[in-house]
Amino acid sequence: MWNQIEGAPREELERLQLKRLQDTVQRVYHLVLFYREKFDELGIRPEDVKSLDDLQRLPFTTKQDLRDHYPFGLFTVPLDQVVRIHSSSGTTGKPTVVGYTRHDMDVWIEVMARTMSMVGAGPQDVVHNAYGYGLFTGGLGFHYGAEKVGAAVVPSSGGFTKRQLLLMKDFGATILCSTPSFALHMAEVAKDEGYELKKDFGIRAGFFGAEPASEGLRQALRDEWGLVYIEAYGLSEIIGPGVAAGCPYGHLHVFEDHFIPEIIDTETGQVLPDGTEGELVFTTVTKQALPIIRYRTKDITVLHREPCKCGRTLTIMESVKGRADDMLIVNGVNVFPSQVEHVLTKVEGVTPNYVIVLDKKGVLDKLEVWVEVDDRTFADGIGALEQLKTRLQQEMLNDLYINVRIKLVEPKTLERSMGKAKRIIDKREAEGLQK
Amino acid sequence: MIKKYGIKQLSIFLENRKGRLLEVTKALKDAAINIRALALAESAEFGILRLVVNNPEKAKSVLSSAGFTLREQDVFAVEVPDEPGSFYTVVKVLSDSDINIDYTYAFVGGSSKAVLIFKVPSQMLEAALDALEKADIKLVEPMFFYD
Repeated sequence: MWNQIEGAPREELERLQLKRLQDTVQRVYHLVLFYREKFDELGIRPEDVKSLDDLQRLPFTTKQDLRDHYPFGLFTVPLDQVVRIHSSSGTTGKPTVVGYTRHDMDVWIEVMARTMSMVGAGPQDVVHNAYGYGLFTGGLGFHYGAEKVGAAVVPSSGGFTKRQLLLMKDFGATILCSTPSFALHMAEVAKDEGYELKKDFGIRAGFFGAEPASEGLRQALRDEWGLVYIEAYGLSEIIGPGVAAGCPYGHLHVFEDHFIPEIIDTETGQVLPDGTEGELVFTTVTKQALPIIRYRTKDITVLHREPCKCGRTLTIMESVKGRADDMLIVNGVNVFPSQVEHVLTKVEGVTPNYVIVLDKKGVLDKLEVWVEVDDRTFADGIGALEQLKTRLQQEMLNDLYINVRIKLVEPKTLERSMGKAKRIIDKREAEGLQK
Repeated sequence: MIKKYGIKQLSIFLENRKGRLLEVTKALKDAAINIRALALAESAEFGILRLVVNNPEKAKSVLSSAGFTLREQDVFAVEVPDEPGSFYTVVKVLSDSDINIDYTYAFVGGSSKAVLIFKVPSQMLEAALDALEKADIKLVEPMFFYD
């Protein structure tokens, strides 16, 4: 255990949470107009928060709220106190922006160090980090956490599978950080290249997150690499990876001295008791630059408050079971259908009929967008149509940060083969999805 | 010139899918439309079927209501002797006049004649017809194709 608070008695933890929640509420009420107006509408003063139960009286924050205040409208500090800005693609063009003060970075590094400590990672380890570096929080989050515990980090980022395998073997990597599907993809490429996984590599543990993984996929990774599977959960709006981490007993512990979790009924917004499935909501209680009250993650899961065999008293969340909205996860990248539609409208000047088709290519996700060519968009020339296709693919990569394959189809094909008005066809079998 | 020599060509977008060509040709057959000339361009995923028919207006409405994506455009046709060098002569006239050729296709028009169909960028069509007429190349009037 990295920090003794992870195993502290609940009363001590909850005292700390309440104190921090009260500070956070004061902070947002006095520094962020958006929150002050919301509190005033509900007739709540910061002083009214007298117990943790009062949390459920506070207003929610949504992804739309973040977008509406793009880029820095919800920050509580001027930019000269911000030391890091991350961003994820928005749902209709405008990205979501998050910022960190020096103190926020320390919190993030702390929770990532706790994550790495789930398998006792330390100076003896070489951490091969295949999460994408850049605007996404995944790559840098794991990077700083691994450095904090004293491990040697190899910041390989994504792609270039064969080169990654070479480095993992030659540098003696002991811990792998990646999406679960990429780890399985690496295993398959390694076998094709003639490696013997358990003999040539000494990967003892893997930190897997950013996308759902079935128990079958988890077991395949344990069997292939001979590693301990650790689940990592997080989202950039809250801090990035490090919101919750799996212990060796397979329980995902929420670092709730920093992020208080609740489960609500996604329709009514009412808080649901432990053990009940609903939408996960987080309130950050230590963040400075962008504190967030009751952020609706749209992730569907269940919370349990009971001590774990690993010694932690932190709330346990089950692996995310699904989404309360239409967000898709493609190789760890979040994609909203509205983003796809936005690109099509932008390029064509009209909104053509389209269908998003998700499938597997080997173990990796493959996203295709089938676009109907109608009389308005049909240019009489193979070259012109190929050009349209290429342009759409480039715009998708630019806006969604993923490779999308565009397929031009005849009108009504979509209805004929898929049934009416169905915009998303997910052909990925249960394997890549949750349970 | 365009009014006199422009020929309505229908381009039909087709996915490379089994039976699609059959469906187009059946729709035309059922409407008793005669195909006078055709060409099929293809890529890995889709193709474009280009047709000159005896009744373009009717063909257009039949195919549209059958759900095909189509586009009508002006092309032109020339008649040349069916012998070596004829195609070269026509292409040379267009080339000398800096006219780009989008695509072309041909059929044998009789015992000693061949008909060549050309698609050029629409803003160059008038200039192409002028150049060919000046070079004494025989332009084919639409009535040759239509009923």
